[in-house]
Amino acid sequence: MDTIKIDQVQKEIDARANKEVYIHLETTNGAYASHFNQEAYNVGAFIRNANVSYARGKIVGAGATYRVGLKLDIGWIYAEGVNQYEIDDEGRLLMAGHDNEGRLMVALQIGEKPFTY
Amino acid sequence: MQEHVVVIYPHPDDESFGASGTITSFREKGIPVTYLCGTLGEMGRNMGNPTFATRESLPEIRKQELIKACDVLDMELKMLGYRDKTLEFESREEVAKHLYQYLEEIEPTLVITHYPGYAVHPDHDAFGAAAIQAVGMMAKEKRPTVWAQAISRNYIDELGEPDILNDIGDVFATKLDAIMAHKSQADGMLAKIQEETQEDIETAAKTWLGIESFYTWQF
Ligand SMILES: [Zn+2]
Repeated sequence: MDTIKIDQVQKEIDARANKEVYIHLETTNGAYASHFNQEAYNVGAFIRNANVSYARGKIVGAGATYRVGLKLDIGWIYAEGVNQYEIDDEGRLLMAGHDNEGRLMVALQIGEKPFTY
Repeated sequence: MQEHVVVIYPHPDDESFGASGTITSFREKGIPVTYLCGTLGEMGRNMGNPTFATRESLPEIRKQELIKACDVLDMELKMLGYRDKTLEFESREEVAKHLYQYLEEIEPTLVITHYPGYAVHPDHDAFGAAAIQAVGMMAKEKRPTVWAQAISRNYIDELGEPDILNDIGDVFATKLDAIMAHKSQADGMLAKIQEETQEDIETAAKTWLGIESFYTWQF
């Protein structure tokens, strides 16, 4: 993955607008958070293969982290904290935010075909 | 009855961190070991810095690491195809039946799995419970011994001392090789162990991982 370049990612988001797309959205602090640190509290959520179409998508932010919002007919998809991106070998737009140790904290991915189960 | 050990854990690396010394000791005695690995750890978080993996490329990376670790340990591998983090939401009954089919075919004398309720990760708890249910479905005379592994912070307080304590010092080098085969996972985990124990990596790993303990399950 590469550091997000906002103009390029915006182009990739635009290229996938008004189409049927599949979304993987995820955030986590790890299943072991409270095992290693008793003060910590495990949180996490993921949606794999939400089948949607967005009329407008936008990436906002500067420097270290970015927010992405996708406006749907009847709602929104939102992710905060993405800092890296990649167009993978299947043409999917993968965005993610990692901590200093390389652990994933948030991911938003947009594909034109379903993600592998 | 021909001795045969079946290891049942949900994630690639559970076998290496948890039981690879014990596995190696069995293999040195010529006893076959088969690993029923539930998932490919698809939802693992370590992507490296700089990143070497994405959410989508991680499963294949971990699959190759798993194959390598099983080569190091000289054990047979079956990948069961569940998805990381979802095992507790599958039908317990169906997962148990799935495992039961393997057990009926292999006819193991010993099954190693996680101790349900004391294994920290929900997948560990769910898969351990399904494994124990699967063994319970077997006819009494064919039923293997079960060694259940607890890893929660409180397990000794609640369960007492485990009755099986395998000092794996003699085969520790193999255990470390197996752990290192899971490169995407090992670096972070070993660093964490080192941080907590303030020792060099080999000493730290030996302190933390030098004994593999299990409870013999009472049916
Ligand atoms: Zn695990």
